[in-house]
Amino acid sequence: MTDTLTERWEAVCPQQRVEPERGVAALVDGTQVAIFRTYDDQLFAIENRDPIAGANVMSRGIVGSRGEAPTVASPLHKEVYDLRTGECLDVAGVAVRTFAVRVRDGMVEVSAT
Amino acid sequence: MKSLVVVGNGMVGQRFVEALRSRDTAGEWRVTVLAEEGRAAYDRVRLSAFFDGVSAEELSLHTEDSGVDLRLGEPVMRVDRQRRVAVTGGGEYPYDALVFATGSYPFVPPVDGTDLPGVFVYRTLDDLEAIREHAKGRRTGAVIGGGLLGLEAANALRLLGLSTHVVEFAPRLMPVQVDEAGGAMLRRYVEELDVKVHTGTGTTAIRPRTDGQAVHGLTLSDGSWVQADIVVVAAGIRPRDDVARAAGLDTGERGGILVDTACRTADERIWAIGECAAVEGRCYGLVAPGYAMAEVVADRLLGGQATFPGADMSTKLKLLGVDVASFGDAHGATEGCLDVTFTDPATRVYAKLVLSDDAKTLLGGVLVGDASAYPTLRASVGGPLPGPPLALLAPESDGAGTRSGIAALPGGAQVCSCNAVTKDQIVGAIHEGCADVPAIKACTRAGTSCGSCVPMLKQLLAVSGVQLSKALCEHFEHSRQELFEIVRVRGIRTFSQLVTEHGRGRGCDICKPAVASILASLGNGYVLDGEQATLQDTNDHFLANIQRDGTYSVVPRIPGGEITPEKLIVIGEVARDFGLYTKITGGQRIDLFGARVEQLPRIWRRLVDAGFESGHAYGKALRTVKSCVGSTWCRYGVQDSVGLAVALELRYRGLRAPHKIKSAVSGCARECAEARSKDFGIIATDSGWNLYVGGNGGFRPRHADLFASDLSTDDLVRYVDRFLMFYIRTADRLQRTAAWIEAMDGGLDHLRAVIVDDSLGLCADLDAAIARHVESYEDEWRATVDDPERVRRFTSFVNAPDTPDPSITFAVERGQPVPALGERRPVVLGLPTMGVSQ
Repeated sequence: MTDTLTERWEAVCPQQRVEPERGVAALVDGTQVAIFRTYDDQLFAIENRDPIAGANVMSRGIVGSRGEAPTVASPLHKEVYDLRTGECLDVAGVAVRTFAVRVRDGMVEVSAT
Repeated sequence: MKSLVVVGNGMVGQRFVEALRSRDTAGEWRVTVLAEEGRAAYDRVRLSAFFDGVSAEELSLHTEDSGVDLRLGEPVMRVDRQRRVAVTGGGEYPYDALVFATGSYPFVPPVDGTDLPGVFVYRTLDDLEAIREHAKGRRTGAVIGGGLLGLEAANALRLLGLSTHVVEFAPRLMPVQVDEAGGAMLRRYVEELDVKVHTGTGTTAIRPRTDGQAVHGLTLSDGSWVQADIVVVAAGIRPRDDVARAAGLDTGERGGILVDTACRTADERIWAIGECAAVEGRCYGLVAPGYAMAEVVADRLLGGQATFPGADMSTKLKLLGVDVASFGDAHGATEGCLDVTFTDPATRVYAKLVLSDDAKTLLGGVLVGDASAYPTLRASVGGPLPGPPLALLAPESDGAGTRSGIAALPGGAQVCSCNAVTKDQIVGAIHEGCADVPAIKACTRAGTSCGSCVPMLKQLLAVSGVQLSKALCEHFEHSRQELFEIVRVRGIRTFSQLVTEHGRGRGCDICKPAVASILASLGNGYVLDGEQATLQDTNDHFLANIQRDGTYSVVPRIPGGEITPEKLIVIGEVARDFGLYTKITGGQRIDLFGARVEQLPRIWRRLVDAGFESGHAYGKALRTVKSCVGSTWCRYGVQDSVGLAVALELRYRGLRAPHKIKSAVSGCARECAEARSKDFGIIATDSGWNLYVGGNGGFRPRHADLFASDLSTDDLVRYVDRFLMFYIRTADRLQRTAAWIEAMDGGLDHLRAVIVDDSLGLCADLDAAIARHVESYEDEWRATVDDPERVRRFTSFVNAPDTPDPSITFAVERGQPVPALGERRPVVLGLPTMGVSQ
């Protein structure tokens, strides 16, 4: 669905600031984004706001897996989200927004469109 | 591509669109939703949460879907069935299929004054916003209608600070759901909240103020006068069938668009679902049947053959804090039926069972004040009683009664009514290998909606003789104890090694903190170094306790609760300088709330420089050793309880365990330190110390049991050393000492044999492990603030470290900062889901 012509990327930090199986929070165009790196060095970005509790805490959750899905658990009430889709795997119908994320010249970039 | 027009975007309409879209993988239907309200679908069931500070945005059920053309504020005015178009003020929408999901409108009784300013109905978010606006600065309010909606409205007015009256025409509150005695019990609860209840009386007129500009009050049919600056009419709902009726479609006797069990009208292209539908003449005013209808029509439009089987109208809800449930034939309408009632004015519980004339079959019932028996009872309706009636009705003491109850349930009984799952289906799933509640949920959907049947799922697992899997989670087949032994014996130092060699996947929020605790108990140093940091729960990760708004609380250690004036002043200054909320804890220390992540290192620096250290309030670790003032000051004290408490707290500080550990020392038998409510508690005697183990407060309070008497201080410390380390090695994840001892073969006697008589030959090892802990202890706060690399992790935004999280805001309550009201968001439960019989 992304249109590469209008896509705008914002560099947020050097790649090594995002440690394996950890998250960091970043502010992208006023939106709080949580960026995670899995053990196999894939990057994922989701909205930092816990959609159930409403606090901006997702970047502080535990990164892991459920079946094939790379996941993060909300640190407040432990609902688990699929990092690929933002879908909550514990509560039907709940999801967090996801963002495209990539590495360019050693910098982590988040899609700001 | 065919065109589908959905009229209405309420809960059921939204559910229908989602169900259809998720199944229409071939893209057969182009969907247009025409909605009257200016807001996309929201959770009307939780509407009243709006007055608890839940925002409209949080109630929203809207999901972005580019395949749906959602037109808000564009109500359908008529449907032209000849030309197959829906007509709005904005144009015409052709359809191949049209679904009415128009819901209901509030019934307003035909009395004078309903059009006065200050008179509202209670149906939409706009209504609620208008009520809130109008209530500002007013003092009194009245609700016409004492049913479910009326009581919700009354609670809303209460929360808005109004002195509130409820007027109900029937002789009792909630006449549809409860009987007379249940209504009387409910009334006692409601009146206790200062809501004035008027039953058995109607409203004859709503009167204006003398200036005619706004409402002034109600005249009741008994001639009395109720003054009210605001009036909410909540006297029932009526199906919204006007557009369908004008289009020539048949309606039910009591209204509602007449449809068959496929939810289809006589016009094969037109369907109706939810409260506006009269399925074979019957309307359903609950959301769950509406969802079931939504699923039926979604299935039908894609070529399926689903039918709506009718719905269980049983309800369980919490109104103004009171549990109310009714199920089956609650009013005893069946000929010759018998009632068994139970009323306890002390606990204020009322319960009634309706039985068949031979007293063998359960027909229905009512519960007020305690609805814990609801799942078992509702599931038994139509079948034999699952136990003696009084045992079923009396508030549960130990669950044993309901266990026999569930075994006696007939196989066809619905255990989960939300998803229509029977006992047979659940037992079948268990036999096919579902070994725990999450597996049953995934396999049958039982327990995934309201959750009230989860205790029954556990009981079914127990009575099915399932050996509950001891697997920690999907990543490890082992119990915590087994993992502890693997890590200890093989000398494993990282989670990666452990999960690669002994597990699968990449871990989760269950196994990672458990392994982190094991590694910490085995003396693997600073908990936030390297990979170990990724295992920690957020509290351990940030060495502080996360709060609902994402800020943290900070608890410095105050061993034994003893603190100098200088240190008290430092805590006060730190709290003042960082704007923190302070509260004295139950463990004789001071909790500082409202610290943002990036403030933590600076707060710790101040505290550490003044001689404080981490209190490990965030860890599954030793928390506090509380004490009374003891023989130093107290004229009754026989030992120095403060001195012992301080020594013990310093000895075990930072000791990571399967769960938190609390302790206390009392200086005499008066037990002012409440030591018997602790994991290990010590009470002074004339000749030494009595040691108690396995107590706790919390959810299931339990007194500790006497382990040994009149111990010397040396023996006492030795026994506590071994007790703690044996617990750390062998307990399950999140198992407190009480449950650990209860689960132990041989219980307390076995524990005594291990610790005192060294029956397992473990004591030397346990002693050495504690000695290592005492030697290697280091304060985690100091270790953090002394290392710039570690401090760097405490940042708000990686690309804007100077910008604090803008969503964190505070209000002032009783002179202290607290999370701003708008930020207080209760946990939202998942939406109910309904199964459909095919």
